[in-house]
Amino acid sequence: MKKVELIGISKSYDRQKDVISNIDVRIEPGEFFVLVGPSGCGKSTMLRMIAGLEEITGGTLKIGEQTANRLPPSRRDLSMVFQNYALYPHLSVEDNITFGLDVKKVPKAERKKRAQDTAEMLGLTDYMKRKPRELSGGQRQRVALARAIVSEAPICLMDEPLSNLDAKLRGHMRSEIRRIQRQLGITMIYVTHDQVEAMTMGDRIMILHEGKIQQIGSPIEIYNHPANPFVATFIGSPPMNLAQAEADPGTSSVILPGGEPIRLPEGAFEGIGKGPVTVGIRPEFLMPAQGTSEHPVFRAEVTNVEVLGHETVFSFLAGTEEWTAKWNGQWQIQPGDRIPIALDEESICLFDAKSGTLMKKPAARQLSVPAEGAAT
Amino acid sequence: MSTIHSRPDEFIATEHKPGVWERSRRARTAILYLLPSIILFSVFVFYPMFRTIYLSFFLTDQAGDAAVFVGLDNYKYLLDSPAFLNSAKATLLFVLYTVPAGILLSLFLALLANEKLRGIGFFRTIYSSTMGVSVAASSVVWLFMFHPSIGMFNRFLALFDFPQIQWLLDPQWALVSVAISTIWMNTGFSFLILLGGLQNIDEHLYESARIDGAGYFYRLRRITLPMLSPTLFFIITISLINAFQTFGQIDILTKGGPAQSTNLIVYSIYREAFVNYQFGTASAQAVFLFLCILVATILQFRFGERRVHYQ
Ligand SMILES: Nc1ncnc2c1ncn2[C@@H]1O[C@H](COP(=O)(O)OP(=O)(O)O)[C@@H](O)[C@H]1O
Ligand SMILES: [Mg+2]
Repeated sequence: MKKVELIGISKSYDRQKDVISNIDVRIEPGEFFVLVGPSGCGKSTMLRMIAGLEEITGGTLKIGEQTANRLPPSRRDLSMVFQNYALYPHLSVEDNITFGLDVKKVPKAERKKRAQDTAEMLGLTDYMKRKPRELSGGQRQRVALARAIVSEAPICLMDEPLSNLDAKLRGHMRSEIRRIQRQLGITMIYVTHDQVEAMTMGDRIMILHEGKIQQIGSPIEIYNHPANPFVATFIGSPPMNLAQAEADPGTSSVILPGGEPIRLPEGAFEGIGKGPVTVGIRPEFLMPAQGTSEHPVFRAEVTNVEVLGHETVFSFLAGTEEWTAKWNGQWQIQPGDRIPIALDEESICLFDAKSGTLMKKPAARQLSVPAEGAAT
Repeated sequence: MSTIHSRPDEFIATEHKPGVWERSRRARTAILYLLPSIILFSVFVFYPMFRTIYLSFFLTDQAGDAAVFVGLDNYKYLLDSPAFLNSAKATLLFVLYTVPAGILLSLFLALLANEKLRGIGFFRTIYSSTMGVSVAASSVVWLFMFHPSIGMFNRFLALFDFPQIQWLLDPQWALVSVAISTIWMNTGFSFLILLGGLQNIDEHLYESARIDGAGYFYRLRRITLPMLSPTLFFIITISLINAFQTFGQIDILTKGGPAQSTNLIVYSIYREAFVNYQFGTASAQAVFLFLCILVATILQFRFGERRVHYQ
């Protein structure tokens, strides 16, 4: 298993504008590293540079201990799964899987055995003689996966491998890919635009926006402490609510554009002066006002309601912004209602209004269950 | 209500047996839609074809009308005629000279022009440009290039002190010379079709193969050629038919000579019909050519299609 290290990597297609700028990251051996960002932010470009399919125009790429900037793709010891799977339409599933082994002149018997083992791992044994067009989307996906696994390369790159599948299959393949990665211990670099995939699969996530790193960290770290408003709204569904507000350390409160002040706990304004800030709060910390007296409560007009069975998501007007709240259970709320909403003021985060950096982190909310029987 | 049920026999009778007119309704609609192409095909394809077959059983008068029914005599005469057998042999040789060489050349150029290089558009235009030149115009140009004393080829040979070649006048060389010019004329079209086929191949297949470490020729053999096979099949069929039907360049370059060495079948048909006014034997030759092309195409579909991978 190998590490991959990017040192000051940049990429420009036209020698003028960088589509990737100054990427510094070290991907540890055996890590599941997810690269996530909106469409067009340069994820594929970055992955293709690591694969050697795209020239690196600045910085150094290290694979293992070796500088790999000028290595041809075949000598980088990696496998890749493409978004459209790139299966050879004229070859059977078996030939697709063994293509790379045939290139490397692996003996026929071993080739066959490795293809069989991989096919078994992915439940493809019944389809070995079929052509790709005779397979369903999910089966094609598995063949693409099998092709990457059978090479036994220590590093695997995947470019949005699940985006052509339906929601249910995607959920299933997510855990399957994760399971295989753990089982084989390969270093995985996984590109997606889907924050759910990023959150559920990654050991660490890197969020990219317009070719620049926004934040690198574990999923929970990023969810709890987003480095800037972009990350805050990109990760989490529905996204974090944001509003421009005025900080007033004197009274230890922020004043929302509607004029409504929210008192924050002592010490929240450490290092923050009087002036404009961006307030952020996740939808789950806007709670039903019933029975809670310790949180500030305000009334707002509901504009839209979605009842999802186990939870109710609705939006309302907070001053000039439209915010969303997520409540557990099925709530009978109609658009147009004015309802009381409690706000967990400890979970508020404050961002610098200009640079967007996180100035006040929300309080930690991690729960744990004492393990039964483990402590003996 | 009850009036309807009171006479069930009549009810069944009318519903049970729709007339021929009713039953052919769909067929009539279909024919109506097909009518324009049926008319066009009848006038320009079916009538001439059947007229040719009809004439091939007759001796004709000066005006080309059937005069004496001779049954299969025209065909017998042809198969005994050394001139016709010579034509058939020349045609076959011509097909062998032009089709494989022409397709390999176009494929080679298409592979070159499919590389992503700066200014490749220029070469793509140049390589496909022969498609825009008429057979007549390019034949005239080639006529000059083959000229024994002022032609480019002999000047070139003279530079290296090689013996001069009578390109179009030497029976040994004439067919080859015509074949060379024909290959040049057909390259543009074949090149364009093959380049289109190459560009249709998903780039990711090559990238995936490169990650696996496949070299250029391995990719060519295991990805490009199989993926290009439908296009290759198409262009081979078209080239074969075209080669069998070559006429224009023969008429301009050699007029069938020297010593009948370039008297390909279509040219021989033309001579037989419009110079010798033997429409009967000319028609028999045409039918013979038609059968040859038909058989060649059927064989190609039989044996070629199995190797073709369609998406
Ligand atoms: N071959 C190319 N030539 C020029 N620009 C490109 C090329 N490929 C991608 N780009 C540009 O680079 C940016 C990032 O693209 P990409 O890496 O494909 O984004 P993502 O995969 O995150 O959606 C986009 O603005 C895109 O227009
Ligand atoms: Mg992409």
